[in-house]
Amino acid sequence: MEETGVIFDIKKFAIHDGPGIRTTVFLKGCPLYCWWCHNPESQSFKLQKIQSKESDLKTSSNFKKEIGRIVSVNDVISEILKDRIFYEESGGGATFSGGEPLSQPNFLRLLLKECKKEGIHTALDTCGYGPMEELKEIVKYVDLFLYDLKFYDSMNHEKYTGVSNKTIFKNLEMLVDLKKEIFIRIPIIPTINDMDDEIINLAEYILGLKHIQKIDLLPYHKIGKDKYFRLRMLNKMENIPEPTKDQMEKIRTKFESFGFNISIGG
Amino acid sequence: MNERIKKLRAQSRNAIPYLSLERALLITEFYKTGVSQKFSKPVGRAKTFEYLMQNKRICINEGELIVGERGPEPKATPTYPEVCCHNLQDLEILNNREKISFKVSDETRQEMSDIIIPFWRDKSIRDKIFNQVDQEWIDAYEAGIFTEFMEQRAPGHTVAGNNIWKKGFLDFKQEIKKSIEELDFYNDTDTFHKREQLIAMDIAADAIITFAERHANKAKRLAEVESDPIRKKELEKIAEICSYVPAHAPRTFWEALQHYWFIHLGIITEFNTWDSFNPGRLDQHLYPFYIEDIAKGILTKEKTLELLQAFWVKFNNQPAPPKVGITAEESNTYTDFCNINIGGLKEDGSDGVNEMSYMLLDIIEEMRILQPSSNVQISKKTPDKFLKRALHIIKTGFGQPSVFNTDAIIQELTRQGKDLIDARNGGASGCVEVGAFGKEAYILTGYFNLVKILEVTLHNGIDPLTNKQIGLKTGDPTTFKTFEDLFEAYKKQINHFINIKIKGNQIIERLWAQVPAVFMSIIIEDCIKKGKDYNDGGAKYNTSYIQIVGTGSITDCLASLKYNIFDNKLLTMEQMLKALENNFNGFSEIQHRLLYETPKYGNDNDYADDLTQQVFEIAYNAVNNRPNTKGGVHRINLLPTTVHVYFGKVTGATPDGRKAFTPVSEGISPVQGMDINGPTAVVKSAGKIDHLRTGGTLLNQKFTPQLLTDEKGINKIAHLIRAYFKMDGHHIQFNVVSADTLRAAQRNPEQYRNLIVRVAGYSDYFINLGADLQDEIIRRTEHATI
Repeated sequence: MEETGVIFDIKKFAIHDGPGIRTTVFLKGCPLYCWWCHNPESQSFKLQKIQSKESDLKTSSNFKKEIGRIVSVNDVISEILKDRIFYEESGGGATFSGGEPLSQPNFLRLLLKECKKEGIHTALDTCGYGPMEELKEIVKYVDLFLYDLKFYDSMNHEKYTGVSNKTIFKNLEMLVDLKKEIFIRIPIIPTINDMDDEIINLAEYILGLKHIQKIDLLPYHKIGKDKYFRLRMLNKMENIPEPTKDQMEKIRTKFESFGFNISIGG
Repeated sequence: MNERIKKLRAQSRNAIPYLSLERALLITEFYKTGVSQKFSKPVGRAKTFEYLMQNKRICINEGELIVGERGPEPKATPTYPEVCCHNLQDLEILNNREKISFKVSDETRQEMSDIIIPFWRDKSIRDKIFNQVDQEWIDAYEAGIFTEFMEQRAPGHTVAGNNIWKKGFLDFKQEIKKSIEELDFYNDTDTFHKREQLIAMDIAADAIITFAERHANKAKRLAEVESDPIRKKELEKIAEICSYVPAHAPRTFWEALQHYWFIHLGIITEFNTWDSFNPGRLDQHLYPFYIEDIAKGILTKEKTLELLQAFWVKFNNQPAPPKVGITAEESNTYTDFCNINIGGLKEDGSDGVNEMSYMLLDIIEEMRILQPSSNVQISKKTPDKFLKRALHIIKTGFGQPSVFNTDAIIQELTRQGKDLIDARNGGASGCVEVGAFGKEAYILTGYFNLVKILEVTLHNGIDPLTNKQIGLKTGDPTTFKTFEDLFEAYKKQINHFINIKIKGNQIIERLWAQVPAVFMSIIIEDCIKKGKDYNDGGAKYNTSYIQIVGTGSITDCLASLKYNIFDNKLLTMEQMLKALENNFNGFSEIQHRLLYETPKYGNDNDYADDLTQQVFEIAYNAVNNRPNTKGGVHRINLLPTTVHVYFGKVTGATPDGRKAFTPVSEGISPVQGMDINGPTAVVKSAGKIDHLRTGGTLLNQKFTPQLLTDEKGINKIAHLIRAYFKMDGHHIQFNVVSADTLRAAQRNPEQYRNLIVRVAGYSDYFINLGADLQDEIIRRTEHATI
């Protein structure tokens, strides 16, 4: 298939993006601008240049790496199919992540459809922000949703991500109604969304959906820090620490008290 | 681990390896009497062996349960002057070298110079080999095209089979007697040699029984003066065991271990055999003894573990015999490659994992000592539980056990014409080599440097380091119009050097056939039946291997030439050669392109991997099925031990962007740091090689501990292994350490005395590795998934 899209990475042996050994395709471009985003290079829909890490330089200086490439559906599918033996052995498959994959709806739909045609398990890692009609179009090709929730509080959601969470909730409820398999993923960012009332509100909301058993808590990490610098982007998280193990365990206990199956770190 | 084992383990670990002349002096003394020369060669050797067994010091260490040492005490390491007579300069190197040293006392120096050297100089097999081979062999050898395993160590490369656990040496003597009786002097013209060989084996069988009896006597004497009543009883028991085995087949678990240990000592005292020796499928062999003793109530699980731990220490007490020169470079380690197999299939094809398999894994985990080495055999019938138990040990970063594909091993062996039952009773030994245990001599003859041969090809047969014409004149590479022209020239050079190597092998094999290994011949089938020595084709199967080295590097070099020069015309051949000649100094742009913008092996990229397959075909066709002198044929395998460092040292800058004299890739692993698409891509690339047509391949993967902290990580690695094995991958091993830990160990070796890493087909103490090998291990890609 000649239709193209923009991706910024394909990661093999992805073991934290759903069951088994997976290949994760990262689509470029996101309508959200989360302060803590650890893939800032994923936000823009355009191809970008990034200053190479010192360790990448090796022999030539001032080397800039291009972020993002335009690829066809076929390109991506043939890359995914290379690892079929691992998916079959491990119960894995392909995960589409981003950026926000729903932002390239046509490309995404074709990728998912091809995967299903090949009998490959599919997971969609999404923030849930996109037109419901487009989401409905792809639902039947997705075996598992890795659905990110960041805040229950709508004001904070808007403040820290740039968009309201109303659409996100509505889309989630639609998927719940369709009885899709959904893992909720919640980034835990100290001082931003780890307050007691925020956690409790979010947990109660998820409980109310009566469908979700499994929640992954993703501790905020500063791994993306140098990318902000290399991309010449503003990092608003300079003073925000990574959560400690203790903090994570406390939050886990809170969620568990609602009867959820919690894992930390995907 | 109880106090006794703690003490024995500490004694073993703290003992400093030193050169012991006990064996050399006894042998010299005996040869000087002229007795051995009065007889035929095999009988002469048997008499020599007998003299050693009758006269070497008997060592029973305090608290030991399994007794017997090769030297006069733990880590006292003998020399074998009839094989390789070290000179005084060798002694200084052994004593002073930073890694893998052997302390040499003044007394030893004196005795070497007064007694050993004058008698053995120019008479050792080593001297004969270098005198007999052709000049072209010497030239290629000196250029680092190939190495020679048999130049200072004896052919060994074999493993105990089923028979020794069911027979004592009195039984073997009966078989020998029967074989002698059946000799047909009227119709078989070779009967004289057969008879001499059989008589020799009979003498050697008596010798090992004598050796055991001497241990029994010593234990009895120690018991008499022992004041601790518990130890007194133990010593009496040891005496009883040593007067029963190895004369008779073992009846109990304890006897079985001691029985094996005497055989092991016999073999490693007779010669400095490669890969020492090995109990092979230990869980299979020991399980029946264990079950029976437990049922009878004469053994507890606790005692079983203690005996096994005591047994483990014995292996660690025997460092590999001192190696010098190129042999030291290619195999620079104290490890003597005794590689215990656990799991696999039974001979009826059913799953072989039993309670003993898990107990041996417990032992490995608890003992954490360098020797013996260990591996798990995983077939499609092996339970995941067993594989995961092994991964829980692997993740502790100690480099053991390595993981083998039993189904592939069986197919490799049967492809070579072995009986299916023999194949199922076989396994992997040394680093990764397949063998029909107890029935095969599978001799590694030397490593073969694919990368150096490309360098020679790019210089029209000349070695640019010496300006010597060592290869064929296959043409000035700047005149090659297509990649196929270049490839054809490379193929001719490989065939040329393989021919030289094989010719050398025929000579060296015959030289060794004149130095019989009579003791080893007793236990390896069908030496008794044939009346033929192990070194002369007595085994049921006789295979000679050439070990092909540099798969990753040669792929990347050829991919680079094809991609940059012929397919995309990004460089001319002249530019390439110029950059190589200057070791990329002043050509950093070109080097960057070669390193980072050229297809590389290990990334599941067919552009590169197709070339891996093509080179494999050349090497395979050059070697496979070429006859050896023992009724068998040559085969290839793909493993490096530490030779990739040496092969790098003799090779200038290469078209893959590698700087001159740095290591080439090891085994079938990608070039260090060039696999950037994660472990599934590495395994896919490696899986494109046809493992089933080899006698073993070696794939190294390094993981940081984070990946294996939880059960989920363990599961995914288990899946990765299973998928690789579905592709017929032969073997995979893991280094689970962080690069930071390794760097810290390099800076402060004293704080990391315990750090064991997987090097090639074995593990070694990191601090014992040369700095270049340490650097190389640090560079091997870390597959942390963040």
